[in-house]
Amino acid sequence: MHYENREYPFRTPPELKGETPGRYPVAIVGAGPIGMAMAIDLALKGIRSVILDDNNVVSVGSRAICWAKRTLEIFDRLGIGDRMLEKGVTWKVGRLFHGDKEVYNFDLLPDDAHKMPAFVNLQQYYVEEYLVDRIADFPDLIDLRWLSKVTGEEVVADGVTLTVQTAEGDYQLAADYVLACDGAKSRIRQRMGLKFEGHTFEEHFLITDVDMPKPPFESETPERWFWFKPPFHTGQSALLHKQPDDIYRIDLQLEFGSDPAEEAKPEKVIPRLKQIVGDRAFEIDWVSVYSFTCAMLEKFVHGRVIFVGDSAHVVSPFGARGGNGGIQDVDNLGWKLAAVLKGEAPPDLLMTYDEERRHGAAENIMNSSRATNFMTPKSKMEAVFRDAVLNLASDLPFARRLVNSGRLSVPCSLEGLALQSPRRTDRGLAPGTPCPDAPLGEGWLLNKLGGEFMLLTVGKKTRDDALAGVKSLHFENHPDVTAHYGDNMIYLIRPDQHVAAAFEAGTDVATLTQALARAKGQAALETAS
Amino acid sequence: MSKRISPEDNLQPHGDEFYELLMKAHEGLDFDQSAALNARLVLILANEVGDLTTLSAAIDRAARS
Ligand SMILES: Cc1cc2nc3c(=O)[nH]c(=O)nc-3n(C[C@H](O)[C@H](O)[C@H](O)COP(=O)(O)OP(=O)(O)OC[C@H]3O[C@@H](n4cnc5c(N)ncnc54)[C@H](O)[C@@H]3O)c2cc1C
Repeated sequence: MHYENREYPFRTPPELKGETPGRYPVAIVGAGPIGMAMAIDLALKGIRSVILDDNNVVSVGSRAICWAKRTLEIFDRLGIGDRMLEKGVTWKVGRLFHGDKEVYNFDLLPDDAHKMPAFVNLQQYYVEEYLVDRIADFPDLIDLRWLSKVTGEEVVADGVTLTVQTAEGDYQLAADYVLACDGAKSRIRQRMGLKFEGHTFEEHFLITDVDMPKPPFESETPERWFWFKPPFHTGQSALLHKQPDDIYRIDLQLEFGSDPAEEAKPEKVIPRLKQIVGDRAFEIDWVSVYSFTCAMLEKFVHGRVIFVGDSAHVVSPFGARGGNGGIQDVDNLGWKLAAVLKGEAPPDLLMTYDEERRHGAAENIMNSSRATNFMTPKSKMEAVFRDAVLNLASDLPFARRLVNSGRLSVPCSLEGLALQSPRRTDRGLAPGTPCPDAPLGEGWLLNKLGGEFMLLTVGKKTRDDALAGVKSLHFENHPDVTAHYGDNMIYLIRPDQHVAAAFEAGTDVATLTQALARAKGQAALETAS
Repeated sequence: MSKRISPEDNLQPHGDEFYELLMKAHEGLDFDQSAALNARLVLILANEVGDLTTLSAAIDRAARS
């Protein structure tokens, strides 16, 4: 079933009605998934923002379809997790082919200990639609302006003035902070002259959404099929998986040197698709040709302009780390920016967004580069090795795990970075670890942790652990929690649900207080080494 | 004497890192130079394994294409 893009209206902003709305704490450029998620996270913390987008529809074409567990957990905190879960599909059976031979298949077992599955497949336009709907819950805190193109920015020490172009005229808008969420081709990045270099893979990929009521699989259970050297075209790889509404994503890696425009023509595309899905009826819903680059900015924070999402880093899509990585930027920046704007933390706290998310982006680039390299052998010997791995993968588990068509996005550890206290015990979760979920009988641990600092104690209470201004949560005799968190432990958890510090039960309050100051950036930057 | 190669994945969790190292080692070499590198590598790794039963089982599996 084809998705109908709703058109969102332009509304005359106060600036063009002769009003003087004053300065905004935060202006967000770009209403993609990252910009909108950013505004919601800030609104949940009471921070007002204005979002400017040059367009008036959500994503045209499915683009990001694979949303990983940690992303779903973050979206759950932002209030759209349940809708994504309800609509999204999860494939369970994966099949890997080499030529026309099936090398192996695997069955993904659901993990009942977590609310969210390993991932769901859901078109980006749905995710953006849900975000637009959610934004309507914050009429006083989020001002979402469609058909409003940012054409210039004047950056001064304590703020930024944006120039906004609309059909009704241009206007200026001043903000304490500007979040550049304007995507991979960020004009703000270009205008500021920032270096964005990286590796561009030469192969082109033909990305197709196919509307097909009857599944190509033997049963109704959704599967994911991946081919190396597919028998139906000359490129090195192909991928098929299912999205909601009977839409199938089919990616074809085009042969090196082929003409992308030629390959995207229906008379070229349709016969290939027929070879994959047989004579089932289908319609092409969306076709696009991409080549992929892995690149990131040297710094994400440039004074009062902060880059978030694709504007800060791009990856090839194998492993689905683009959107997923960007949502982790949001999770990381939201609480920090809110604390700085409320005067609860020094502006230097924002430099830890730079440190932590550049670390995450570098890890994402490393993983998606490895996958892309495996899929696009650059020499005859690389192809020989790839084929050898696929040969051995039919019976040897080690080779099966070397097969790399993308390593699904997982959050990085923040251990060793400025805000985290050094490790003091070998038990439980290490500082920097993203908190794993656990069932609580009624509800889930991550929902309880929410989006604030939390003192989490597990095991027997030796005395009253309390930290001024920090909520606490205690579990005793709770095997589902101790399974991950260990017993007789004290954790300081960050608002983005990462462990800031971990201690054995009984650790003195002075030590906990010190860890809290560090995690809030009040002591971090001196003690970081 | 059982002729078996390890069913365990001994590379975990470093498989991807190892593969990247291996590809890097071949970068810039022509095919013959790459083949020679592979030969040296096999000999060194054989010495690391040491056990002839294992080596012979590995040769048998590798010979199947
Ligand atoms: C084929 C493909 C498959 C992908 N698959 C996945 C996947 O499975 N999983 C995943 O996680 N990621 C995937 N991605 C990546 C994902 O789509 C991006 O990472 C994600 O869209 C980034 O979101 P963003 O909000 O940073 O940027 P965008 O979505 O690009 O949004 C930027 C917004 O800024 C607006 N804008 C730009 N300039 C201006 C301006 N001057 N003024 C006002 N507004 C402006 C644009 O109109 C747009 O709305 C895929 C990408 C592609 C192309």
